[in-house]
Amino acid sequence: MAALHFHNVTLGYDRHPAVHHLSGEVAPGALVAVIGPNGAGKSTLLRGIVGILRPLDGTIHLGGLDARDIAYLPQSAEIDRSFPISVFDFIGTGLWRGTGLFGGIGKAARDKILRAIGAVGLSGFENRPIGTLSGGQMQRVLFARVLLQDARLIVLDEPFNAIDSKTTTDLLALVKRWHGEGRTVLAALHDMEMVRNHFTETLVLARGPVAWGPTAEVLTPENLLVAMRMCEAFDDSAAACAADDVSSRAA
Amino acid sequence: MLYGALIGPFTEFEFMRRALAAVIALALAGAPIGVFLMLRRMSLVGDAMAHAILPGAAIGFLLSGLNLFAMTAGGLIAGFAVAILAGVVARSTGLKEDASLATFYLASLALGVTIVSIKGTNIDLLHVLFGNILAMDDQTLLVVAFNATVTLLVLAVIYRPLVIESVDPLFLRTVSRAGGPAHLAFLALVVISLVNGFQALGTLLAVGLMILPAGIARFWSRDLTSMICIAVVAAAVSGYAGLVLSFQTRVPSGPAIILVATVIYLISVLFGRVGGIVRQLFPGRHLEA
Repeated sequence: MAALHFHNVTLGYDRHPAVHHLSGEVAPGALVAVIGPNGAGKSTLLRGIVGILRPLDGTIHLGGLDARDIAYLPQSAEIDRSFPISVFDFIGTGLWRGTGLFGGIGKAARDKILRAIGAVGLSGFENRPIGTLSGGQMQRVLFARVLLQDARLIVLDEPFNAIDSKTTTDLLALVKRWHGEGRTVLAALHDMEMVRNHFTETLVLARGPVAWGPTAEVLTPENLLVAMRMCEAFDDSAAACAADDVSSRAA
Repeated sequence: MLYGALIGPFTEFEFMRRALAAVIALALAGAPIGVFLMLRRMSLVGDAMAHAILPGAAIGFLLSGLNLFAMTAGGLIAGFAVAILAGVVARSTGLKEDASLATFYLASLALGVTIVSIKGTNIDLLHVLFGNILAMDDQTLLVVAFNATVTLLVLAVIYRPLVIESVDPLFLRTVSRAGGPAHLAFLALVVISLVNGFQALGTLLAVGLMILPAGIARFWSRDLTSMICIAVVAAAVSGYAGLVLSFQTRVPSGPAIILVATVIYLISVLFGRVGGIVRQLFPGRHLEA
């Protein structure tokens, strides 16, 4: 049983597609990089997977997972950094699946939260308000929350943007740990070197699938060129899409 | 002498004791709501809602005279209608919540003033606009206490999703469907608190005992729990001092309470530990780490 199954999925906004006719499967425990230029539809695809964007067409099967089995780290989180909440409490919200509305945070849960804080290298920051953290520290906090969510499927949208190399190394180690624990991980990325070295499977996206498979086979200059040539077409008077299963390669 | 001025009015007059009880109930329930309004950048939403409840209260007044039960019920219905309509329009069309609320509350306010001026007298209008905490009877006090209790209970139920939705709404959406209901419940609590304050302070000032304490708390703490506690204490102190001031002078009670809160607010702006002006001007030498 695949962790994720796309059947002719089209995702977009206001009837205008951002990702066209994507079909395919992600095996359980896969470590998948989603690459493509800006506007290729990476974020849109990830939003579709976590269920905050409904497909315009086609279906995404989660293979028995429900929304609570997914941890999602958005590209630009809409976090109100001025809100008076401590690092400890903020990361603690990752336990929502277990605690829900009223569940208490007991000794075991506290230890879990402290371990997660330690795992991202933020020990000692427990009582700091989130508003006082640097960009890299905030990203560590978000990773710690994902860690606590203990999800079968982890979706990361450009998690290493504007993050220095030390932080990237630390957080990448976490991603590989999740992979080692058999969780399915999807990450939208721009760093080809990182994809080549650390991700087993790659989906090249350019408003539709350009190539999808083992990274070594997919990450070729030809495929990347096709993806880069993609234009961000947006036509207000576009006709309804007639393509059936044809992958649209905008170019 | 001091005893006579500060405590005497309350031992001597029952109406002062009732007013004090009412103002403490309002502080306990209203101030936490005010803190969330402020943190969710909805301070002016509270103000808008205060106007929105006017037609309901006016209709209640016309149907059964100066009966506060009828006015409360009417105010609640009008407030809920506006809050829920605005919330639904905002969530289903993507129109910003403030814009959506502005249209509904203006319509509601126009309707309310029309109703009061067609049927009532100017004195009625003044009573509706500014309230009178000193004219509170036992029944009304019970209504106020009941509303305050309900507010605190519901707030306890929605506290966690409300906090998470305030910090990171997208996260809450991915883990739970509690965000929408919690938001609507919160709007309902805003309405209840307003209607509650409405009998004591009137439509125009009811929101004052919610927002000013929240503003005060913001200058003394960076922690949500202590912010809420500070806000409650600030509201209760303003209420008490306002009543004393009003008793000793000719200042009407509602404005007296809000003016005291304003003075505390100004002191906080100047000397507050968190971002106060004096603290910013004379921060002391920088630390080592």
